[in-house]
Formats: sequence, structure tokens, C-alpha cells
Amino acid sequence: MNIKRRQTIKAGSSLALVAAAISAGVLPTSAFADWNKAAFEAKNMADVLKALGGASAEKSADIVITAPDIAENGAVVPVAVASKIAGTQSISILVEKNPSSLAAEFDILPGTEPNVGTRVKMGQSSNVHAVVKAGGKYYVATKEIKVTLGGCGG
Amino acid sequence: MADPMRIRAQQKGDVTEVRVLMAHIMETGQRKDSAGNIVPAHHIQTVTATWNGKPVLSANFGPAVSQNPVMNFTFKGGAKGEKVIVTWTDNKGDTRTDEAVIS
Amino acid sequence: MKKIFVAAILASLAFPLTAQDVQKQIDRYRELLADGNPAELLEMRGEDLWKQKRGPKNASMEACDLGLGAGKVAGVNAVLPRYFADVDRVMDLESRIVHCEVTLQGFTMAELTKRPHSLNQSERQTDHEALTAYVVGQSRGAKVNLPQSHPKERESFLRGEKMFFFKGGPYDFACATCHGVDGQRIRLQDLPNFQKADNAQRAFTTWPAYRVSQGAMRTMQWRLLDCFRQQRLPEMEFLSPASIDLITYMGVKGKDGTMDAPAIKR
Repeated sequence: MNIKRRQTIKAGSSLALVAAAISAGVLPTSAFADWNKAAFEAKNMADVLKALGGASAEKSADIVITAPDIAENGAVVPVAVASKIAGTQSISILVEKNPSSLAAEFDILPGTEPNVGTRVKMGQSSNVHAVVKAGGKYYVATKEIKVTLGGCGG
Repeated sequence: MADPMRIRAQQKGDVTEVRVLMAHIMETGQRKDSAGNIVPAHHIQTVTATWNGKPVLSANFGPAVSQNPVMNFTFKGGAKGEKVIVTWTDNKGDTRTDEAVIS
Repeated sequence: MKKIFVAAILASLAFPLTAQDVQKQIDRYRELLADGNPAELLEMRGEDLWKQKRGPKNASMEACDLGLGAGKVAGVNAVLPRYFADVDRVMDLESRIVHCEVTLQGFTMAELTKRPHSLNQSERQTDHEALTAYVVGQSRGAKVNLPQSHPKERESFLRGEKMFFFKGGPYDFACATCHGVDGQRIRLQDLPNFQKADNAQRAFTTWPAYRVSQGAMRTMQWRLLDCFRQQRLPEMEFLSPASIDLITYMGVKGKDGTMDAPAIKR
């Protein structure tokens, strides 16, 4: 990705500006979702947080993870996260024991409900963390999911 | 070329619920083929959605998102007949855009 | 057998849970999975293929008679296999789709039956799987009611029944060994007992299915092929009379079930 463009986007402090740029045809739509390589290659939560620009995450009861306690197949584990923390900016789903922890990150835009869901692969039973960024700070909730059949590799 | 997405957008009170199914292999880059060679990673990296030209979701996926990804989200607003447009882009530069009418 | 499996699962999970808890949580997992079924992607591809002009005769499949009249797709999977006068034999859905591809579109039987199923998760699903997904999806909600009034339909059922109980292979297995009694499992999967109507209904109405472990939708013909492999019986030939008769048997046993396929399974 073009570095200049990234800087331009970061310089635009409000998302509205980016949105305006997109609707004006200045930026391709993919521009508002930079893929953070360092975060997706990080091996643990601390490194993911660092790559996302945070230091530590505070435990929060205002993050609700909806996922099964036992997954019959680790290849497909439904995980949904809802945040009740005011000013939620992003929601990330991390699988602690996967080769790389971060599975998915959702930017919560103005007007988007802080409630997202997807399905992730789990190589083995593991803690799954939901990390929420709100007001520039990071919060986390954790749920252990048992896997009866690992879902990575061949 | 990539197969189309299945997008459902449903108005529920003052919000719109969107459910997206994407056809993608989501290869992890950890798997070996029968000859013992690593199968290179091939996965969706970014997913974005707009409603009336306004961004309503932006997501980044790593290879740990399941094959044929499912993504559910909700945004405020939306009326029956309006369009939701979803675009994904993968690490090989392939991209796919589809739309759904809010019901 | 059930006890041993559950005990093994509990031991492997190494945390205190009763068998009932495990079952409840597995059910919860399946419920969450059912909320989004990638088979729908294949149904869309299949619908496109169905309406496309293809083959040497450059024709679409829209004139195909699947048993409820030419061009009628809705509900057909709930009344198949059935007798077709034009070929004077009983056909299952997949046989009939292939038949139409040959007669309407001019494809050859050999090319259509060479590789009907995709091999593994990194291979694109075949056109046959896509067409099957589309047609099956158009029967959601239909009540299973296979016709049994034609003598050949009755004969098909009786042969299927005989095969179901026929023991063979190095393990001396019959379909009935696992699917004719209560409480059998493979890993965490409860196996349906076809002697019970509710079991047979659930089984018949939820195939074809998207297999999350394979990242692919599998057809009923594939299901039987793999059952035969697991029984170590000779390979079940695609669209063979044996496969059709077994599907007839299962469908008759599953009468009054409500079609809900393609389903999604582990």
C-alpha cells in the first residue's frame, strides 16, 4: 500500500473526512481499512496490542463474547462480540494459542453498532480474547473454548 | 474469478442487520500439501461495507478467519429498498464487490 | 459403545462435565453454526448454472423434468427418488440432473460422471455439486413423500432395504450395524437409527450438507460413497442402481420429515 496515502488517511482525524473522500471518488474504498501486518503476525496478546498502538488492556465486564463452550470442529468456531463500553472504536478477536493470535479486527464507525460476529479457526482448545478499543484505551474479555478437533493445517 | 457473496440486510426497528457470506479459501499458510510443500497463505484482508455511500463497517481479517467467511454486523439507520454494498480484498489483490437491498 | 465414546471425550477434554453437558454444548455449537450456511454460496452458483445455456446443444436446464413436470424445481427433492416413464426406471435427484444435462444440453455421461465431487477443501466445488445445491435448496420446507405406487418404486425400496441390512466386507458390516440401533456415535456425532421415524426424517432432510471440516457441500451420493468406504465395502459407483435404491429406502423411511437441506454439519 502506498505510504503517502496511509499518512494522508491517518492525518484525517475524523472518519467523516475519509468518508467524504471516498464518496468524492478520491480514495478507493479499500483505503479505509489498512491491513495491519504487524498485528496479524503477532504471537501473543501483548504484541498484538503493541502493534495496534496500545500498551495493556483492562479487563471489562462490559464486553460480551457469544461463542460455544465446546466447538465440535476447530475449523469453524462462531464468535460474536458486543461491547457496552461508550465510545467503542474497534473490536478485535484473538485466539491465544493460534500461531498468530489476531484473527479479525472490526473498526466500529460512527453509526455502526459495537456488535459484530464472525467464525474463526482454532488449532486447539484455547482462550479467546475480545479486545475493545474505546476512547483510546484498550479493554479485554476472555472466554475459554474447548475444541474436540483442531481446525488448522491439513 | 471470485464467486459472488451472499448478503442479507434486514431492517429491524431503527437499525439494519447485515449478514455476509463470502466464498474464499482462507488458506492459512501453515498447511502442507500432499507433497509436503507449504501451501501459501491466501486470505481476505479487508472487508468494507457502505450504505448510501456512507461507510458502515471496516474489518481486517487474518488467515484464522474460517474458510468461506461469515460476517455479521449492525448499523443505525437504513430503510427498505436502500442498498448495502460490501467489498472484500485479499492478500493476492483479488477483490469482489456485491450489493444487497435492505428488506 | 456410547458410554465408551462419551467417557473418551470427557477424558480428552480433561474437565469435569457430564455427558449431558457435553451434548448440550455441542447442540449449542450446532445452533450457532446453523446461523450462516456457506452452502448458500453454492446454491447461488448452481442457480446461475441452471439458467445458463451450456453444452453442445447450448441449452439451459430450465426445461428439465425432475419429477413434478418440466421446469419445476420447487419441492422436487422431497419426492425423489421416483419412477420416470421416459427412462423406465427409478432415479434419484442427482441421476436426474445428469440425465437432463445429457438429454437437454448434450454433455456425455462419461464426462459428467468422471469427477462429480470435488476432492478436498482447496478445490473448487464441481458444477454437479453446485446444480445439486441449487435444486435441493428449492425444496426447503417441503414434506418428504416419496411415491411408492409404481412397482419399480416399490422394488427399489425393497432392494434398498435388503442392502441396508446386508452384511459384508472385512468388518462384516451392514448399514444397519450403525444405523439400525440406538445410541451409536462416531466421535461426537450421534448416528441416526433408520428404524425410528424421527431419526430417519432428520437424516434424510439434512442431506446434502455443508461440511465445515471439508469446507465444502457434499451431496447425498457422496454421503453414500463415504458410508461404503467407512464400511470397507467395494466402492459405491456414482449414480449406481444400488445408490438409488438406498436413497429410496432412506427417503421412504423419512416420510413426513420437512426438507431442510443443504444443511450444515461438523
